[in-house]
Amino acid sequence: MKGQAFAIVLVIISGVATFVMFLSTMNSLNLTRTRFYQDYRFADVFASLKRAPEGLKYRISEIPGVDKVETRVVADVKLDIKGFHEPVTAKLISLPDDGRPLLNMLYLRKGRMVETGKDNEVIISEAFAEAHGFSPHDTFGAVINGRWKTLVIAGIALSPEHVLQVRPGAISPDYKRYGILWMNRSALEAAYNMKGAFNDLALTLSADAKIGDVLVHMDNLLERYGGLGAYGRKDQMSHRYLTEEFRQLQRMAEMFPAIFISVAAFLLNVVINRIVSTQRDQIAILKAFGYSNLNVGLHYVKLVILIVLLGVGGGLVVGAWLGNGLGNIYMEFYRFPFLMYELRPSVAAAAAFISIGAALAGTVYAVWKAAVFPPAEAMRPEPPAQYRATIIERMGLQRFFSQPSRMIIRNIERRPIKSLLSIIGIALACAIMMAGRFSKDAIDFMVDVQFGLSHKEDMAVTFVEPASMKAVHEMKDLKGVQYAEIFRTVPVRFKFQHRSYRTTIQGIEPDSRLHFLLDTHLKPIHIPSSGIVLTDYLGNILGIKPGDMLTVEVMEGSRPVRQVPVVALVKEYIGLSGYMNLTALNRLLREGDAVSGAYLTVDALFLPEIYRTLIELPRVAGTVVIKDEVKNFYDTHAEAFLFFVFVATLLAGSIAFGVVYNSARIALSERSRELASLRVLGYTRAEISYILLGELALLSLAAIPVGFLIGRGLCAYMSKALESDLYRVPLILESATYSLSATVVLASAFVSGVIISYRLYHLDLVAVLKTKE
Amino acid sequence: MDNTMFNEETGISSKIREVVFQVKSLTKVYTMGEVKVHALRGVDLELYQGELVVMLGPSGSGKSTLLNIMGGLDTATDGHVTYFGKDLTRAAEKELTEYRRYHVGFVFQFYNLIPSLTALENVTAVTEIADKPMRPEDALSIVGLAERLNHFPSQLSGGEQQRVAIARGISKNPSVLLCDEPTGALDSATGMADRVVHLSNGHISEIIKNAVKKSPREIHW
Repeated sequence: MKGQAFAIVLVIISGVATFVMFLSTMNSLNLTRTRFYQDYRFADVFASLKRAPEGLKYRISEIPGVDKVETRVVADVKLDIKGFHEPVTAKLISLPDDGRPLLNMLYLRKGRMVETGKDNEVIISEAFAEAHGFSPHDTFGAVINGRWKTLVIAGIALSPEHVLQVRPGAISPDYKRYGILWMNRSALEAAYNMKGAFNDLALTLSADAKIGDVLVHMDNLLERYGGLGAYGRKDQMSHRYLTEEFRQLQRMAEMFPAIFISVAAFLLNVVINRIVSTQRDQIAILKAFGYSNLNVGLHYVKLVILIVLLGVGGGLVVGAWLGNGLGNIYMEFYRFPFLMYELRPSVAAAAAFISIGAALAGTVYAVWKAAVFPPAEAMRPEPPAQYRATIIERMGLQRFFSQPSRMIIRNIERRPIKSLLSIIGIALACAIMMAGRFSKDAIDFMVDVQFGLSHKEDMAVTFVEPASMKAVHEMKDLKGVQYAEIFRTVPVRFKFQHRSYRTTIQGIEPDSRLHFLLDTHLKPIHIPSSGIVLTDYLGNILGIKPGDMLTVEVMEGSRPVRQVPVVALVKEYIGLSGYMNLTALNRLLREGDAVSGAYLTVDALFLPEIYRTLIELPRVAGTVVIKDEVKNFYDTHAEAFLFFVFVATLLAGSIAFGVVYNSARIALSERSRELASLRVLGYTRAEISYILLGELALLSLAAIPVGFLIGRGLCAYMSKALESDLYRVPLILESATYSLSATVVLASAFVSGVIISYRLYHLDLVAVLKTKE
Repeated sequence: MDNTMFNEETGISSKIREVVFQVKSLTKVYTMGEVKVHALRGVDLELYQGELVVMLGPSGSGKSTLLNIMGGLDTATDGHVTYFGKDLTRAAEKELTEYRRYHVGFVFQFYNLIPSLTALENVTAVTEIADKPMRPEDALSIVGLAERLNHFPSQLSGGEQQRVAIARGISKNPSVLLCDEPTGALDSATGMADRVVHLSNGHISEIIKNAVKKSPREIHW
């Protein structure tokens, strides 16, 4: 009983631990975020524009619902860091000259704020500083509006606006190659000819504000200043990612613990049933002495509650520990000044309540049966078990089975529901293991598709302003560049019926050799000579299908509004875009052959020279090296992947162990008599182990394919539940995941088998001959 | 009253009586908590080929303990039991299993049938692992259960279950058949024995040799 209780406690610990881990991490991050946002005045609304006079600020602050407004100058810059040859870009954000921003205040981790009047001092984001080992007083080079400048680090800081610091369009944070810098407003104004003007603003809303109305007002005001469309927090990148993460955690907190708690309830049911049947006579004696049904029932209820409370207690401890671990992993990605780890009493209470509730629900029938047994009946031994030949045997296959094998299959068939539930229990362990590995498999696949099939360039170079074809020839002539292809990116708002979505149109060269669109079977398709191709998920959001006319509001230049037919939907896992033939796009915009950048393939031998030139070319705003991006992605996620696989292995192992050990233990107690009899009749230990463990092996093996099915279903649910316009996780499970999951389950089953066979080796052969069954 | 019999199947009419079991100063002490129970206190006994031996004695006299040690199920505290010269009290677990598997037939007091196997299968479970068994059907036919081969224990009466247990005991053609309380008609059965061994308090108190053995037909069951 000790071992069984332990196994059940282990399963409950796993369930409660996952529940607590996910919920406490979510609550902690949420609390931390709220506090950080409040204390450092994270803005409610953001907008970027081309250039507007500072005076516009007052008209914006008069919009009903607007509380505080702060204008800024923001620019993308290239950095030149000694000892790091790869392209680095940064977002340079202005700080008021007094060093005290009204909104999106900085949490200074090290050093000091920028001194008034200093035009070469910057504050840098903490993640970026850590990645390069920067401290205050260190210097690095920057190309600011085409001019090379040495910048001195005054301080290292965190901002509520850049909790997640990810380059627009990138697949994950890359702290080495993308940073956030803050500089005095006057210095930035001077560098970008923005004296008395701004190109970015943030504002907060009053409590009663209607954000939709404010956004419309702002767009109207900013339109003639090249506004790119105002947006609220919910579309702010860093906030958006955090919110997505919370949503994921919430889903996980619902899904995984439910599995564990139901397995625990099943195990408790099995064990209590067994205890009741072995204690029939004791129950009878107690009742004969005058104990009531309630007394007897309560006795078992107390036992259940004791086991559950042990599990809940352990689960809280393990959950808090794992939650802290998970929280710290999140802190690698999400940069808060501190993590306010919090395990709410309500979470602990919910864990206890749910566990006890489920456990009692699982055992109530067994307990009730025990309680209402008439004493006289309870004092008689249980009637002998009834067996019959199984279906397989009746099909004429009987002669293929030895007597021990017949015992195995008859035992399984005698209690079909229990056998089935055992199979499902073990299968769930397998499924959980698969779910733990799923994210890695899916992301491997996404990266393969994105960078192996779709984007085949070595690097993408973006220009400061839309340029002419001449700029591309310049690229082609660089030493080491093997091939160059141009692209055009246009910020737009798509509209169809009442739905709209802000994104970009990518113009691709008609016979592109580097950039491929993929159909839903991941086969490359040709970009049609006219019309637009949309990411399939964007098609769903807009409710548009091929053949429909899409309204395109261009968000730059003369801001034309055009109609363009949708010709196809394509598969993409990251982001949402529209794609057009470059010629067709320029025709649509009526702007000749403007280009936004170039895709290059290069000879790796000349990389350092190419990088250097790209830093120096004033026309080049930034360069993204695909290989670095992928490598960085894996570097930053490796720990998280490992953590999830580690947790999943623990959990799957505990379920598999719990189910198999309990089944084995009960089978042993039910059948030790017949096994001992066989030993007396001359069966070896190995032969009787076969009878007992063969049954469990058969159940475990049967559970594997069922587990694969459930696991796939679970992953399908996760992939559906987690999809958003940021990314869609495809349902991909590698064969290694299947084999690892099966291995973990079978290994746990094996361990419980070994423990049980130890007991089998010490069966008392004499005792079974002395007692009647 | 308990009763135990020993029987050696082969060589019933042989003149030279070979010793099958030799029991020498056999002692068995059980430690139960702080109490030491002396189940056997230096028993000496020789059992011969072809002999049918009945052991009688009150509860706790040491019959079952002696039987269990001779059956290779229990260990001795002191002394020896040899089987055709082989020392069972020194044998390893593996050797004892082989001894039980190939040499001994058991009939248990509580039958100990496997509930998930039919009568035929219960017997087959033993013949399957034996050296030169009889056909299981034949064994069941000897005990008069030829018509109930495919019945499970739960479908058989107590008497029928007992006969399955006997069929199982003889089915492997064992060298020795050890039976623990195989029948209720004890007093009559002692008449069939070559010798009757009386045990009391861990000692052999008396061995009576039957001058005239009754045949089973003469006994009133």
